[in-house]
Amino acid sequence: MLVDGAANARTVVAANDSARAAGLRVGQRLTAAQALLAQFDAVPYDPQGVEKWHRFLAAIAYRYSSEVCLLPHAIVLEVSKSMGLFGPWPRLESLLRADLTDLGFRHRIAAAPTPYAAYVLAGVSDGQAVLTADVMRRALRHVPILKSRLPASAASLPGMGIRTLGQLMALPRDGLRRRFGAELLAMLDRLTGDIPSGLENFRPPDVFDLRIELLHDVENQAMLVFPVRRMTGDLAAYLAGRDGGVQRFLLRLEHRDGRYTDVPVGLLAAERDAGMLFEFARGRLEHVALPEPVVALRLIARDLPAFVPAGRDLFDERPANAMPMAQLRERLRARLGDSAVYQLGSTTDPRPERAQQVAATANVAVEAHPRPTWLLDRPIPLRGMAPLILSGPERLETGWWDDGEVCRDYYVVETAQGQHAWAFCPPGEQVGWMIHGWFA
Amino acid sequence: MAAVVALSSLIEARQVWRGREAPARVGDQPTGWKALDAILPAGGWPDASLSEILLPVDGVGELQLVLPTLARLTKHKRSVVIVAPPYVPCVAGWRQHGVDMRRVEIVSAIEKEGLWTTEQCLRSGSCSAVLAWPHQADDRALRRLQVAADTGKALAFVFRDRRHLSNASPAALRLELEAMPCAQIWVRKCRGANVPSQPIPLTRYVH
Repeated sequence: MLVDGAANARTVVAANDSARAAGLRVGQRLTAAQALLAQFDAVPYDPQGVEKWHRFLAAIAYRYSSEVCLLPHAIVLEVSKSMGLFGPWPRLESLLRADLTDLGFRHRIAAAPTPYAAYVLAGVSDGQAVLTADVMRRALRHVPILKSRLPASAASLPGMGIRTLGQLMALPRDGLRRRFGAELLAMLDRLTGDIPSGLENFRPPDVFDLRIELLHDVENQAMLVFPVRRMTGDLAAYLAGRDGGVQRFLLRLEHRDGRYTDVPVGLLAAERDAGMLFEFARGRLEHVALPEPVVALRLIARDLPAFVPAGRDLFDERPANAMPMAQLRERLRARLGDSAVYQLGSTTDPRPERAQQVAATANVAVEAHPRPTWLLDRPIPLRGMAPLILSGPERLETGWWDDGEVCRDYYVVETAQGQHAWAFCPPGEQVGWMIHGWFA
Repeated sequence: MAAVVALSSLIEARQVWRGREAPARVGDQPTGWKALDAILPAGGWPDASLSEILLPVDGVGELQLVLPTLARLTKHKRSVVIVAPPYVPCVAGWRQHGVDMRRVEIVSAIEKEGLWTTEQCLRSGSCSAVLAWPHQADDRALRRLQVAADTGKALAFVFRDRRHLSNASPAALRLELEAMPCAQIWVRKCRGANVPSQPIPLTRYVH
């Protein structure tokens, strides 16, 4: 049950089915409610929270229509154009319902030719769809005034014996204007579509910022997995509505007294799949040592570039369920560290130590002289008897200009164990062999 | 016996199946080594399976054995992943063997993450071949890799020390490299056929 108001005059704002069965009503004093029912959970009403989720759902609805408007406790979207893409209304409705159910929101949906009519019909019952103006007028006629969401001045109408919208619309307009003002008439006209609704379109925010307060202090990362799954799911839904992806986001683990730990999650390319985002976030989270208990989680995503889904070839040789390479790379990075996956490329430097580097793209011709397949990080001395020389020497004498001077004769040699090695010695000497690579 | 039919005419009409003489067919994953392809039952590497290569020491031609395959795969724009190699791959040397290094992903992982990484890469289905050097892989770990290779339809190559030869292995193919007195390859296990009794000489060449 939701309660609101000053501490000494709390009233019931919403009550669930079992509370209503016990006689609790919306608008009742909390003290009266406590007299009726001994045990219930009273949750304070959080207008800011409602506002936030309202906007969040509008962002979700943005996926289905470019014209989304916010009305109190409702979201209206223009679907006549969307039906060309998503199919006829029953199909679009089931898509919307599936989305809302997945996100854990109870909802009522109605479709009508004007936004206000849909708003009113959704308030009356769930799943009404009136698609022509005539049917809409007939449907509206039976709506009780109490549920018609008309301006406050209409509250006195039932007392006058006017209980449904049909009765109200049948009344002469002049009299209505004199007694109730222009606002009521304008509202009725908007309801039937005689004047435009004049609603302002919702624009989704450019930053995703979601905060979840935990019910108790959490000291173990494993307990954070479930809220994180929910948050990344919401992020994915938001991104899908925006037709965008996320390249980088931040998980902020809030501790007591305003201290927090930031867990940045960076991706190589924009992504928006809920499962992937969750997996990457969890991978990063597993490596974080929590300095103190976490009381709240916050997910902030500012870098929201356009999302380009990976194309797949029709005649792809890979199995049908293959995970794209980019996704695999992300999965490995999430667990092993950001620099764990890399490619090597050649540079134009002839010195073996500098001839290759991570992700170099220099276009170098294939080396004419023999090069090993394994390179040692640092050369190691070759002990024992003199090796058998298979080819060489190849003299490398360069680098005098940048303090990395080398002057070596490289040979391909065979060791006593039958290994083929790439070894060097001082120019013209053939002693003091140093192994620098293996011809594996 | 009413009519005598010449055996040769039956053979030419392909009505007689000759048990021994199978045509030298090329498998789906040729190794690039003709002598090896000829004796392997699949005509090359067992596809979507684990192949184990056992070595006495590093640098005895173990990479030379797989580089023609890697060159073929990378030329077809298929990705190859190298998990925790014992040394740094030398780009110039790999390119001399025809490998397109832009398709080669190198993953640095500590020992206990190495098997996980290998399994993930194999299972993903986006890698055509995965090379790994597990030090402490037991029978169960190798079996997981074999299953992952089958799931992701990838070639798995694990390079291990020769002392593991006496332990049973779930790999579809086990090759042992010998460096002394001369470089040769022993097929120690090959699924689908008997193990050949003779080694194959390994020609070692330097570009």
